[in-house]
Order: sequence, then C-alpha cells, then structure tokens
Amino acid sequence: MTVLHRRHLLGAAGAVATVGFFGPDVWAQAKDRLVIGMSLEPPVLDPNKNAAASIRELTCPNVFESLGRIDRTGAIGPGLAESWTISPDGKEYVFKLRTGVKFHDGESLNASVVKFTLDRLFAADSAVPAKSLYTGIDKVEAVDPATVKVTLKSPDSYLLYNLSIGDAGIMHPKSAATNDKQPIGTGPFMFKERKEGDSISFAKFPGYRDAASIKLGSVIFKVVKDPSAQVNALLAGDVDAFPGFQAPELVARLKKDSRFAVVVGTTEGEVVMATNNGKKPFNDLKVRQAMAHAINRAELIDAESGFGTPIGSHFPPHNKAYVDLTGTYPFDIAKGKALLAEAGYPNGFEASLKLPPVGYAQRAGEVLANQLGKIGIKVAITQLQWPQWLSEVFKERNYDLSIVAHTEANDLDRYARDGYYWAYDSAEFKAKWREVVAATDFAKRDELLKDCQRIVAHDAVNGFLYQLAKIGVWKKELVGMWENAPTPSTDLSGVSWKA
Amino acid sequence: MGECADAVDRSLRRFLEGVIDFLSRRLAAALVTLFLATIVVFAVVEVLPGDPALVMLGTDARPDTLAALRAQYGFDQPLAVQYFRWIGGLLTFDLGASHAYGTPVAKLIGDRLAVTLPLAGLALGWALLVAIPLGVFAAWKQGRIGDWGVMGFTQIGISIPNFWFGIVLVLLFAVSWQIFPAGGFPGWAEDAPRSLLSLVLPAIALSLSEIAILTRVTRSSMLDTLREDYIRTARAKGASESTVLFRHALRNALLPVTTVAGLIAGFLVAGAVIIESVFRLPGVGQLVYDSINNRDLAVIKNVVILFTVLVLAVNLLVDFAQALLDPRPRVTG
Repeated sequence: MTVLHRRHLLGAAGAVATVGFFGPDVWAQAKDRLVIGMSLEPPVLDPNKNAAASIRELTCPNVFESLGRIDRTGAIGPGLAESWTISPDGKEYVFKLRTGVKFHDGESLNASVVKFTLDRLFAADSAVPAKSLYTGIDKVEAVDPATVKVTLKSPDSYLLYNLSIGDAGIMHPKSAATNDKQPIGTGPFMFKERKEGDSISFAKFPGYRDAASIKLGSVIFKVVKDPSAQVNALLAGDVDAFPGFQAPELVARLKKDSRFAVVVGTTEGEVVMATNNGKKPFNDLKVRQAMAHAINRAELIDAESGFGTPIGSHFPPHNKAYVDLTGTYPFDIAKGKALLAEAGYPNGFEASLKLPPVGYAQRAGEVLANQLGKIGIKVAITQLQWPQWLSEVFKERNYDLSIVAHTEANDLDRYARDGYYWAYDSAEFKAKWREVVAATDFAKRDELLKDCQRIVAHDAVNGFLYQLAKIGVWKKELVGMWENAPTPSTDLSGVSWKA
Repeated sequence: MGECADAVDRSLRRFLEGVIDFLSRRLAAALVTLFLATIVVFAVVEVLPGDPALVMLGTDARPDTLAALRAQYGFDQPLAVQYFRWIGGLLTFDLGASHAYGTPVAKLIGDRLAVTLPLAGLALGWALLVAIPLGVFAAWKQGRIGDWGVMGFTQIGISIPNFWFGIVLVLLFAVSWQIFPAGGFPGWAEDAPRSLLSLVLPAIALSLSEIAILTRVTRSSMLDTLREDYIRTARAKGASESTVLFRHALRNALLPVTTVAGLIAGFLVAGAVIIESVFRLPGVGQLVYDSINNRDLAVIKNVVILFTVLVLAVNLLVDFAQALLDPRPRVTG
C-alpha cells in the first residue's frame, strides 16, 4: 500500500510539474486573452516619432484613435468625430467631436486637444514622419469644446483619409511627450507593458465609451521574426494569431492543421520593379517597354506560392477606381527583344538589381533577373540591408533596378513628386494628379484616378508585378479579425473568442 | 631556522611580486586593447552605410524633418565631438538612450544580458560536462571502437549548423512531444522555472559544435599527456587506471582545454545571435541584430564595447585559471 501511495504522489507531482512548467499555455488561457504574433517589432510606440508601419499596426486604433475611422473595407466612418461637413470649395472641414471621451489617464477629449495634435503635424519645426501629408493645412481652430474647424490652403481630396490614419491619432498635450514609451490615447485598449525584443501587452480600457462591445480583456503582441519560428509558435500554441504571416511557402503546412484558419486577403502593397528613370538606358521609354514585355507575372506569383494578384499599374485591384492594365505590355519576349534593338541595344546591356532584405524581394529577385536575361539584360543582384537600401537606392538614387512593395494607401501621388527615387518626371501626370487632389466630387475623382493609372502604365515607369496578399493565420475559434489590410492596423475592437 | 624562514619569506615575496607583475601586465594590455577597440568601433559604426534619421522617418520624410531629427540626436556634430561625448559617457557609465526604442541603452543591455549570459553559461557548462568525459574516454580507448564512435560524433557535431539543429530540437521536443517550450522567454521575475526551461533547448543547440571541438581538444591533449614519463611511472608504481587518467593525466591535459573554452565563450555569444532568433529569445544577439538593422548607433557601439570587455575579462580569467593549473607562466610570463 505504501509503495502504491508513494507512486501516486510522485505521479501527481509529475503531472503538476508538467502542467505548471512544460504544458502549453492553453491551461492558463481564459477566453478573453489573445496572443498575436508580429514579424516586425515596432521601435517606439508613437506614430509621430517613427515611420515604421508596425507602430500603426499595433496602436491604431487600439490605443490612438483619429477623427475618422477606417473600417475593414477601407471606408471612412466616424471616429472621434461623430460627423463633419465640408465646404463646397473643399477648403473648410468642420468636425463635430464625440462627447464624454476619456483618455486612458482620465483626461478628457475636447477641441483644444484635437487642435494640439493637428498643429503638431504641420508645425514648422515638426519632425513628424508624415508631415508632408498635412502641410496643406492652413490653420486649425477650436470653435467650441466639441467643434474643430480645419482650413486648407487649397482643396485636398485625401485630407479626410489622412486625418483618419494612425499618423493623425489624437494625443493629449499632457502625455504626448512620453507616448513613445507609454502610449496614452482614447482607444479601447491601454498600454500595459513592454519587453523590448519580446512582447508588448495591452489591457482593455474600462473607461472606453463603448466598453461592453470590447470582448478581449488582454492582448499580447509577441515578436517572432524567423518564419519557421512563426510556424512553430503557432503549432506549439504559444501564439493564437498571425495577422501578417510572412512565409507563403509554409502556408500549406498550416492549412493541413484543422486548428487553424488561413485567411488570404488584400493589402495596399504594390510590388514593383522600381526603375531609375533618370539614368541611361532606363530613361528611354522603349527600354522600359521592352522590360515590361519581358515580365512574366504568373511566374513571379508562383514564386510567392501563388499569393498575389497581377497588376498593370500602381493601383490596388480591390479599389473601386481600379482599371485592369495588365494587358498594356503583355508578356512577349520577341517583342521585348525587338524593342531593345530599336532602342539601340540589340545585344542587351548590364544592369544592377538592388534588393532590400524582405521576403517578397528575395523570392522575386532571381526570377526577375532570369526573365530580363531572356531579352538580353544581364542583371547583377546585390543584397542590401534596409538602411542601405534607404540611403543608396532611395535617397542617393544610386541604382538601376530594385524590387519593393509600396505599401501606403493612395500612393499613386509618388509619381507626381519631384526628386522621388524613380526620377519620373511627367508634366501630363502632374497636371492630372493636381486634378485628383483638388476634386471635390469623389465619382469624378475615381475617373481621374483611372487616367492616372493609364499614364503610369503606358510610360512603364516601373515594372508592375503584383499586389501583395495579406496572409492571416489564426485559431478557428477566433472571430472578427480583419481579412484585408486597407490601412496598417490590427483593429481588435471587434475580435472575440467563440463561446 | 631563522635563515630558513628568511629564505621562505624571500621566495614567497618573489613569488607574490611575480604574480602581481603578471596580473598588472595583463590588465594593462587589456586596457590598451579596450581603448583601441573604442576607436575601431566608433570608426566602423561611422562608416556603416545608412542614415539613422532616414530609417526612423521613412520614405515620406522631408529634408527639413530629417535635419531636425539629426540635430536632435547630435548626428550633425563633428566626429571628434561625437566620439569624446561617447567616451565621456562610457567613463561615467552613462550609455545614453537608444534611438529606436527611446529607452536607456544600459537598461536594454541589462535586460538582454539576463537572457544571453545564462544561455551562454548553460551552453558552456553543458559543453564542458559532456566534452571532457567524452574526450577522456576517447583517449583511453584510442584506436578502438569507442574512440571511433566519439570521433564520428564530433565530426557530425562540427558539420551540423546549430540553427538547423535548433529547429529539429523544437520540432521534436516542443511541437511533437511538448516537453519544452517552442521558444520565447517569460522573464526571470515572472516565471523563473519556465525561463530556465526555455533556455535548455537553445543551450543544447548552441553547445553542439562546442562539444565537438572541446572533445577533440581534450582527446588529443590527453593522448599527449598519457605519453609522458610520469604517467608511465604512475602506472609502474601500480596506480589504478582511473587514478592515472583522472588524477595524473587529466589535470595537465586540461590546460589547452581551458584556453579553447575561453575562446569558445566569445563564439557562444556570437552564435547566440542565430540561436536567439530560432528560439525567439530576447537576448543580446537579437539586440545587436536589430540595432544594426535599425542603425541604432548608440546601442551598437555600446554593445560591441561591452562584448569586448566580456571577452577581455574571460581571457583574464583563463590566464588566472592557467596560472592555477600550471604555475610556470607566473614566473616567466
């Protein structure tokens, strides 16, 4: 009896030890706790201090809310402003603020707080990364505690969008200086703790204006950079969800696992073969057209394990102003060769392809080099670190070709910018883009956007490859996660565990 | 009697003087190395391509905002000013703040060392624990099947990349059998037992090639020692095989092993960069990797100097350990 008794005890102790020390977290996991994996760690947590998209993905609108709110379809609805009116000339925006909104530290939202936030965005000494989006603002006035009037120098049809993204998240003067480490906003989740290099934790904000609708009690964002470690973290149950899964080649494995849902959606990221239009021979339209004919998009998308949608211009296919231009320069090697010969390069030429250290560029690089090789362009690939890419390719324009995803929404405006790294300079496009920005009628703006897409496609400014897919992997019991990424945001306000 | 005591006294004093002389020379050499290292590190970080301000503000940044940020961080100051400001900080233990995280560099490094030092320590301890008996065994069984087995194992151990071994360990012990966590680190304060557990697989992965190297060093060093005359004497006077192996041979054979183990300690920290990535450990290796990618210059400079200090300290320790095992360098060195 005693022996049996002792063995029982040992067994029980072992079981306790196993659950306590070794067991997966499921035991400790209540139904309101969510662990989200992220492949890029945000540096600071204040979108006004750093351009990293990961900051916005975490904090907007979970911590910081803006005047408008971008929903899962990309549409703009009321945010901290419950309504607004726009003057007929498109230069005056009057926002009616929600009342009774509190910051996480108990401070109240009012018009002067909004004015403080917006003034900082375009102030002369401002070092805000997205300053250029707001320099068209002439002045911001607090009309009364619940009304803010924004006056523009000239109409800007993207102002409402720009005031709804994370960069314009409303911050309080009292906490603004420390938001990089201790972000305080009005959103449904409060910052709790950060372990640099490991995790960032949020807890539900009890004082949120619609607290009953928020189902999650605590959210932990875990940094998992290595793609195979991402899979292992999911399989071992350490992470519940990966909204932006980074390894398309490993998706098949997760699809086979009945515990997970693999959800493929859209992003605002156009993957382009960036081309230095200011440099010989790429300043010759015929050369760029020849390269466009050499590009086989199906093969490039295969390299992404089939994730991605072909594009023929710099515009996302899911946008209602999209026009399919993939047929502008169809895949045709003979035509490509002929155009190169016409341009004076019957034997092709040598070119550099400088790749940033991101998965899609690494996967597409060799394929694209091979495709260009078929019309006689001998491509030498160079791998760059991200800071090198920014300095060498982006700032100094010391490159021929590169591959990069332009992930910002509404980024067709880059083609109208002077001194941008593609060195594209088209009076026709610039004039058309001025019309887009000045348009007060959105239906008319959509038509203008289509014209803009056509100009860029015809000029073959860049090689237009494909629209990046958003691959989300999460536990099947999790509901409400965003399928698409219309803006960098992991909006958790509608997320919950199935009962 | 008095003369005899004097002689002992004199020789003891000479011995102590020798020790102090030896130690102070080593220490002075270490300080000179450290000073040269600060210049090299500063120069390397300066020539590193990439603009930290551009990394922070991204592709939409305007020239005026970039300039404002550079001024804010002092990147626009002359290099000499930046260098002496940094050295001044080092001397007063003020390492400044990380550009990327905004947190003090000292805190960042401290948090990460709490992961990397135990990891490297575990890996080194584990490597010594396995390698020394294996090496002694192989030397004892020289040319026989046991020796072949150990040598075959070391060949494999050197050839296998440790990140791959790490992934295999995760798949077996974390995903299939769920004995150990697949990665991550809960933190010593939160959950010390689980924190220790989460270092076990990484330490094993990290130690594999070190075990292989140390086993080989132990084996060849043992073989050399076993050929010495005094071993034959020990055997001739009838000492048992275990006494010969462990009491007589191993003590002398350990000298080169400690030297190599000291060198390996540096490699362990370097190897930790990859292993920490596979196991999602927020260690110093990951900090270095991230800060290079972010051009977080304040962090890179200070971490590299810290590594230099650590390696110099380990080398000093190895010198001491050798002085204990073999007194000769104290007099001649």
